[in-house]
Amino acid sequence: MQQDSHSNRPFSDHTKPEHWFRQGAAASWPICLGYFPVGLAFGALAQQAGLPVWAVGLMSILVFAGSAQFIALAMLTTGAGIVSIILTTMVVNLRHALMSSSLAVYLQGVNRWFLALFAYGITDESFAVNISRFRNEDWGRWQALAVNHLSNCAWVAATLCGSLIGQFIPQGTLGMDYAMTGMFISLVGSQLQNRISILTGLLAGLISIAWYLLIPGDSYIIGASVGGATMGYFIKRRTRNRI
Amino acid sequence: MSFTDYLLLFSGMGLVTYLPRWFPLFHLAHRRLPQWLIDWLSLIPVAILSALLAPILFVDTQPRCLHIGKLELLVAIPTLIFALKSRSMGATVLVGMLLYWVGGLFF
Repeated sequence: MQQDSHSNRPFSDHTKPEHWFRQGAAASWPICLGYFPVGLAFGALAQQAGLPVWAVGLMSILVFAGSAQFIALAMLTTGAGIVSIILTTMVVNLRHALMSSSLAVYLQGVNRWFLALFAYGITDESFAVNISRFRNEDWGRWQALAVNHLSNCAWVAATLCGSLIGQFIPQGTLGMDYAMTGMFISLVGSQLQNRISILTGLLAGLISIAWYLLIPGDSYIIGASVGGATMGYFIKRRTRNRI
Repeated sequence: MSFTDYLLLFSGMGLVTYLPRWFPLFHLAHRRLPQWLIDWLSLIPVAILSALLAPILFVDTQPRCLHIGKLELLVAIPTLIFALKSRSMGATVLVGMLLYWVGGLFF
């Protein structure tokens, strides 16, 4: 199979790896900034829960999933079993299957080893950054890979720092708690391109709030995004047929 | 817990986290996607982002209840306007953090 067969989206093969890396770093610094307070908080909580520093590092490297790690920590402190923690992690992280599917549109025909390496770094944040760049500008798979793995390094470093020194940093320093929210706001803004996308965003937001209020757990993310996108899709089809 | 227990737990968590991230890419990147699927998937990003963001802005977490007028929401409005005008994620994050920090002093 030919690599990079996506004909209308040429990958910048003439540019050097340093160039990809620099572009990836420029795109990922807001993620790293956002991960830092969250990772510090996680590390500090893990330390209080009695996890050794090496266990925090091992968990961040092997799992690399913010919310699932917090939940696992909470379950560990209440004495939950290994199997139930693993099952909960699975449910919490199933949403990444949707993100992975959307990214597949832009990684058609790419080598399977690359995909295996890339998949490891798909998180809410790296997905959001990469999908916006893929859609709006000339963005290649190597830049996207750099975003994924730089974010991962930041997460591992932040959680390790947290487990070493997190207890000495006061909560909410310099509005750090808002870094991730600010990033999501900016990314939603960049996705609002036409009436259908605005409508889809509103529908998904409304479903999400209702679902979050009515159903415990984290299923609201999958429920609202599938629900919102499906409604948006059918509305788009109906309006297209009418014209 | 012993080293083996931790390793077992984290490997299991890692596996169930990795598989949903990997399988759709692996499966879908090597076949021609039908147009309806491409159209549907193109709406997924905005839907996921809104689904993640909406509860942060409109709902209190413990216990879960609707709260219109959270500081998160008040800060989000100027932050979104700045995001739409500037189109810069880094600057938007910094503006959001600054407003949230200043807002926190008065709220």
